[in-house]
Amino acid sequence: MTMLGDRQQLAYIAAQAADARVNVELETEGMTLNIGPQHPATHGTLRIIARLDGEQVVWAEPSAGYMHRGYEKLTEVRTYPQVTALVNRIDWLGSFANEVPFILAAEKLMGVEAPARAQHIRTILFELSRIANVSLFLGDLGVQLGAVTPVFFAFRDREYVLNLIEAATGGRFHPNFDRIGGLKDDLPAGFIDETRMVMKKLRTFCDQIEDLLFGNEIFQSRTRGIGVIPKDVALQYGLSGANLRASGVDWDLRRDQDLPMAWNKADWKVWTHPDGDSFARCWVRLQEVRESTKIVDQLLDTIPAGPVMAKVPKIIKVPEGEAWVSTENPLGEMGYYVVSQGDQGPFRVKIRSASFNNISIVPWVLKGVYVPDIITILASLYFILGDIDR
Amino acid sequence: MSSTDTATEAPRDERRDGEMARITAALGAAVLDSLVKPNDDMWIRVSADAWRTTGETLKSLGYTYFCFLSGIDWLPSPFGKGEDDPTEPTPERDSTIKQGYTGGATRFQVITRVMQPFTSLGVNIKVDIDDSLAIDSWCSVYAGANWHERETHEMFGIGFNGHPDLRNMYLPSDFEGFPLRKDFPLLARIVKPWPGIVDVEPLPGDDEEEGEAS
Repeated sequence: MTMLGDRQQLAYIAAQAADARVNVELETEGMTLNIGPQHPATHGTLRIIARLDGEQVVWAEPSAGYMHRGYEKLTEVRTYPQVTALVNRIDWLGSFANEVPFILAAEKLMGVEAPARAQHIRTILFELSRIANVSLFLGDLGVQLGAVTPVFFAFRDREYVLNLIEAATGGRFHPNFDRIGGLKDDLPAGFIDETRMVMKKLRTFCDQIEDLLFGNEIFQSRTRGIGVIPKDVALQYGLSGANLRASGVDWDLRRDQDLPMAWNKADWKVWTHPDGDSFARCWVRLQEVRESTKIVDQLLDTIPAGPVMAKVPKIIKVPEGEAWVSTENPLGEMGYYVVSQGDQGPFRVKIRSASFNNISIVPWVLKGVYVPDIITILASLYFILGDIDR
Repeated sequence: MSSTDTATEAPRDERRDGEMARITAALGAAVLDSLVKPNDDMWIRVSADAWRTTGETLKSLGYTYFCFLSGIDWLPSPFGKGEDDPTEPTPERDSTIKQGYTGGATRFQVITRVMQPFTSLGVNIKVDIDDSLAIDSWCSVYAGANWHERETHEMFGIGFNGHPDLRNMYLPSDFEGFPLRKDFPLLARIVKPWPGIVDVEPLPGDDEEEGEAS
């Protein structure tokens, strides 16, 4: 199907050849291994069907759809402000980030721009949801690979971030705070000082995780060189976010795209890793949390004064047109293709979620790996079920 | 058969205009219509025969990142917003098909988006799907199209010639109907009337007071 001459393919061919020699005397039989739908290592109800030859995967196929909620159909019977309540539930660990691209698409169609203060606060909350999301990934990663401590650290420190999100929006998991034309409310008193303190804690958390996991010999030997995805393969499968940057592609939509958000007002760095293996993917995410804390810290200093809501009509009608907006969400590129026919609700919304593309590479990347590495690779690709099935 | 000049607004976007000129030159007669919205996005509509070569050409032009592929059913929904009062007869609805950007001639269209990494320039490509309800698969061009085509096949009933495995992803294999088509009813809205219809109140006339309806 694709031109993929690489280490895994070679390993697979070598294993086949070895098998052919062994099988002269000993008949072996393939085995089908079912991982999930309810398996602790699959983050929810994703089922992986793997056909094994000995310890090696010959063929693997993820079977999604256990959590399909039909959001694309539901958006067609909702009004624009109602849609944010739905899309909140796509990537449920970083909910606020799901609302932003949809609202930006609607604003683009209406020709409305949020006031500078709203853009700033949006960016802060966006980065806070990234920190909440990815810090849990870093802890969870340990559990997947047999280290129990990091997850307690992660849950403890994520709680601080969730408290901040709750203080600002009223919702820990599903803020539903973004509005067409701005935000529902301003920041509460004391938010800025509290956030500064939490960001400091989160940086300590990153250092701890780096010590506990990334410097660990077992962790390294289980992730280095496992599940290598070359650059061109990653691109044509549409991998995005840290998965793409771990394959050496220096591309971040926060930096490279012109959106009415405040990322360009802070000084931060896009991290990449040349290896493309599981270790690289995890490492890039760790650096991203650090950069996010830096972005938040800098943006807190420069929040402009003014209103948080632009003047928009009470009944929102979006003029005819089509718009695509995508942002760099915690899991990767999340975008909405919104088709409007001048109604109160969208005519069609295509939701492009990051995990759908990120997981579609699984049949390719699992070919030829050993059974324990399935878990490492799935963990490092990092998906959220709601983000695959929508 | 328009070219880049479709963008008539005053602001020009030289990067996108230049890209569109490159794309239309490379694709030639395959491009039926094109649109550049300055500082926003690019759209082209190509003929169905040239669908696969469009993908190959765009990939060779540097559009190596596969973003998404999906379908659009342009038929206005016969059920409206699902807010009909079940005690009243169904109101008459306009069923004229009104296509979006770059036009079209058929009820179904497939839309896909590919991007140039680093420059973040993307192009939305539309293609008309005629009554055979099938089109070439892009799997051999962009491997990532595989799952997106499966999803589109399942949700719209559009076939993809040359796709290795068009099994359903979400629905049971014996499911009848195509959920994202507009004439597929949203059953939840039909078995139980939408509660929103009972508490519709007249809203204040002017929209000046507040930005947000509470």
